[in-house]
Amino acid sequence: MEEMLELSRKLGAEAEVYKITSEETTVKFEANRLKHIQGKQSSSTSLRIIKDGKIGYATTSGQTNPEKLVNAAVETSRFGMEAKFKFPSFTSFPEVTINDAEINKITMEEMIKLCENMIAPLREHTPDLLCEAGVSKAIVTVELVNSSHGKASYTKSIFSLGVEGTLVRDTDMLFVGDYTSSCQPVVNVQELTRSVIYQLECARRQAKVSTGKLPVIFTPDGFTSAFIASLTAAFNGKLVLEGASPIGNSLGKLVFDEKFTLIDDTLINYKPGSRPCDDEGVPSQRTLLVEKGRVTAFLYDLQTAARAGKKSTGNGIRGGGLPSPAPGALVIEPGNTPYNEMLKDIKEGLVIEQLMGAEQGNVLGGEFSGNVLLGYKVENGEITGRVKDTMISGNIYDLLKNIIALSEEHKWVGGFMQVPYVYLPAVSVASR
Amino acid sequence: MDIELVGHELLHLLKNAPADYIEAHLEESESSYITYRGKILESIGRNSAIGGNVRALVKGGWGFLSFNNLESLSSRIDAVIKQAKLASTEAFYLAPVDSYKDNVPADCPLNPVTVPLEDKKQILDEYNELIWRTPKLQTSVINYGDSRKKTIFINSSGSYIVQEKMHVTLRVTAIAADNGEVQQAGISTGSTGDLSFLKTLHPEIERVSKHAVTLLTAPYVKGGEYTVVLDPVLAGVFVHEAFGHLSESDHVYENERLRELMKIGKRFGGKNLNIVDGAAIPGLRGSYKYDDEGVPATKTYLIKEGILTGRLHSRETAAKMGEKPTGNARAISYRYPPIVRMTNTYIEPGNISFSDLISDIKEGVYVKNWYGGTTSMEMFTFSSGEAYMIRNGQIAEALRPVVLSGNVFTTLHNIEAIGNDLEMNQGGGCGKAGQSPLPVSNGSPHIRISKCLVGGR
Repeated sequence: MEEMLELSRKLGAEAEVYKITSEETTVKFEANRLKHIQGKQSSSTSLRIIKDGKIGYATTSGQTNPEKLVNAAVETSRFGMEAKFKFPSFTSFPEVTINDAEINKITMEEMIKLCENMIAPLREHTPDLLCEAGVSKAIVTVELVNSSHGKASYTKSIFSLGVEGTLVRDTDMLFVGDYTSSCQPVVNVQELTRSVIYQLECARRQAKVSTGKLPVIFTPDGFTSAFIASLTAAFNGKLVLEGASPIGNSLGKLVFDEKFTLIDDTLINYKPGSRPCDDEGVPSQRTLLVEKGRVTAFLYDLQTAARAGKKSTGNGIRGGGLPSPAPGALVIEPGNTPYNEMLKDIKEGLVIEQLMGAEQGNVLGGEFSGNVLLGYKVENGEITGRVKDTMISGNIYDLLKNIIALSEEHKWVGGFMQVPYVYLPAVSVASR
Repeated sequence: MDIELVGHELLHLLKNAPADYIEAHLEESESSYITYRGKILESIGRNSAIGGNVRALVKGGWGFLSFNNLESLSSRIDAVIKQAKLASTEAFYLAPVDSYKDNVPADCPLNPVTVPLEDKKQILDEYNELIWRTPKLQTSVINYGDSRKKTIFINSSGSYIVQEKMHVTLRVTAIAADNGEVQQAGISTGSTGDLSFLKTLHPEIERVSKHAVTLLTAPYVKGGEYTVVLDPVLAGVFVHEAFGHLSESDHVYENERLRELMKIGKRFGGKNLNIVDGAAIPGLRGSYKYDDEGVPATKTYLIKEGILTGRLHSRETAAKMGEKPTGNARAISYRYPPIVRMTNTYIEPGNISFSDLISDIKEGVYVKNWYGGTTSMEMFTFSSGEAYMIRNGQIAEALRPVVLSGNVFTTLHNIEAIGNDLEMNQGGGCGKAGQSPLPVSNGSPHIRISKCLVGGR
C-alpha cells in the first residue's frame, strides 16, 4: 500500500489506498434440506489520486500490480472531477465494538444445526411449508492509508441468518420469512421463528379490502420496503447539492410529523452498519437528521462536503466506485404506543409487512407504489386475513407529515436499520 | 497472471478429484466507466479483476469456493470437496451433456474498454449539453460502462471452454424540479461491445428531457383496473417479470405443488401468445455459445399458442425434472455459483398495428419505458418510465409514471392483442439471489392487456 503512495508521489500525485479483504462461509438449505456450503475469499484494492487538482481512480481485484494501478488512475485523472478536498490526516477514531472472535469458533456443523432449528418450528406449525434457510459468517478487514499520513484499519465480523417459507395452494402462493444480522453470533433463533409463525397465523385466511384511502400500519420491514429508498436519497448531501432532494431547502424546517426523529448512527456496538470510520478515513459520528419532524442535517462525504461548504459527516461509502454519501445505520426513534393498541384503533385498514416493487417509481420525488406481497386486513381492531391483488401508493412527504403513532416495539431490519411500527391515517389502496 | 496457465493445471487436478462431479471457472476482466451528475463529470475509472472458483458435488451436496488468489489450487479443491461432503444428503446425477473443447471469441472485433476514455467522454458531453438545453431541467445523471471478460470453464468430464464477452451499457436520466417537486425520465440501452449505437441517441434523449419537465405538471392516474397498452420496452420487462422468472426451473423443481401448477401442456394465455427465451439467438446481450455449466445454448419456447411448452434448466433441475438441459445456468461472476437464469426473452410478434391496437379503447393507459420490475412468482409488478391516458382510441394527456401489477395466472390470459412491431431492449440487467445485474435482453411488440391493476391516487 505504501508502495503505491510512493509511486504516486513520484508522479506528482497525492494518493489514498483502500484495501478490503473478506472471508465468508455460508450454509444453505433449500426445500427443507441442506443443499450448499459456500466459501468466498476476496480482496480488492482501490487507488484514488489527486493530480493537477483532479481526481483519478482505479481498482483491482485479486493480485495487485501497483504500477499498473497507478498508471490507470493517472490516465483517468486527466478527465476527473476537480478535487475540492484534501485527504484527511486522521489516525485515531471513536471506539466501537464490531469484531467478535466468537464468530470464528462457530463450525459449519453448528451453522447446519442453526438452519435446522429455524426450519423445524415452522414446519411443525405448517407441515406443508417449503423452507429455505441460510446462515453465514464473514470477516471483513479494511485498511486505508493516504499521503496526508491518514491511516485507518479495522476488522468487522458479521453473522447473518434468515429463513423463508413458501406455501402453494392451488394458484395461491404465500411467502413468509425473516432475517437478521449482527457482529456477534446469533445462536438463539426463537425471535426469528416467532415472527415467521406470526406471519403464518395472520395469513391463514384471505380477506378482501376496499379501494380508497385507508389507515395503514407499516411493520418495521414493511416501512423499510416502502420508505427507505426515498429517505436515503432525501438525506444524500450530493442530491441536496444538485437540487434533486425535495427537502434540500428545508434545513431547520418542519417537514415531517413531530413524532418523527431520524438518526444516522454508526457507533452502536455489534451492529453490522457500525464502523470506526467511513471509507475515506473520516471518523464515524452520530448524525441527527430529523429532530421531532424538523430537518437538521444531511449526509456528506469529503468531496460533496467541500463542494457544498459543509463538513464530512463520515458517510463516504464505496459502492464499487468513488466514495459517495450514504447512510451507515438509520435509526427511527420509537414511540410509546404498543402495536396491539394500533391494531385496536382501526376499523378497516391494513398492516403492511412487505411491499413489492415500491422502489421502482420516482424514488427521488418520494413516491412509492407497490404490490402488497405480504399484508393483512384489519377489521374492527383485529387481523382478519391476508390481502392479495392489492397495491398501495403514496408520497412519503405527504404521508410522514401526519403520523398517528410510532410503536414502542422496534426492530433492526436486516441489522442495518432500526424501525418501529408506523401507523398512518390514510394511504391509497387499490384492490380488485 | 495468465488464467490459461492456471486453467491447464486445473484440468489435470479436476480429473483426479474424488467427487461425483467437479468444475472450475476462471475469469479475467477489465472495465471502464464514466458517470456524469449534472454538468460535472463525477467519476471516471478503470477496474480490473482476476479470480476463480471451484464447485463440487458429492452425494447430492454442493460445495462452492470462490477466490481471487489463484495459488494453492489443490488445497482449494480439497476444501470444496470437504464442504460438499458435509452438505451431502441423497445422491443425484446431473443431466448428461457432451464435453466440449472450444474457444469462443467476442462478437465485436474491437474491445470497447480499450477505446480512449476521451472519445467516449466526447459523446457523453454532447448528450449532457442536449439535456441541459431543456428549460426547467434541474439535473441529469449519465452512467456509461463497458467491460470485457474472458472466462474459462473446466470440468471433471474434460470440458475446457474459453469464452470472451463484451458489454456496453448506457443509462441517461433527466431530472426536472420545481417547488419541491422532483420528476425524472430516462433511457437505458446497451450492446455486446459495439459502440456505434452510442452515437445515434440525440432525438430520444431530447425527447425524454422534455418529458421529465412535462411530468412536473402531469396528473396522477386514479388507482384501479384499466385496459393498458405496453410499448415494446415495457412489454419486454413484463414478459421477463410476469412469466420468465416462473419458467426458471430452480423455483419449481423441488416444490411438488408448483410442479403440478406448471405442468407442460397447461394453458396460460390465448392462442395468440408465444413466449421465447434463448441464448442461441445471436448478437444480443443475453447471447452466448455455452452457459456456465458448459452446456450449449438453445432457444426454448416457454409458451406456444398459449400453452406451456418448456422451461429453463440447469443440469441439476433438468435431471430432477426428467427434462433436457437448456443451457440456462449462469453466474454474474466467479464469486457466485451458476443458477438458472433467463437470457433473451421475448413475446413473438402478431399482426396488429399500433393504431389498431388502441383504436377501440375508450379509456385506458398507455405505458412506455421502464424503471424496473420484480416478481414473487405469482404476483409481479413493473413500473413505467412514461404513462399517458388513452381516450377514445387516441393517446391523450401525459400522466405521472405508474406501477402496474398483475397475477401470472390471470394477466397472461388478459393479453387481448399483440402488435406486429417486435423490438428487443438491450439496456436490461436482471437480479436474482443476490446476483445482479446479469446481462439479459427483453423484448416484445406493443401489447394490450385488459383489467390490469394500476397503482395511483
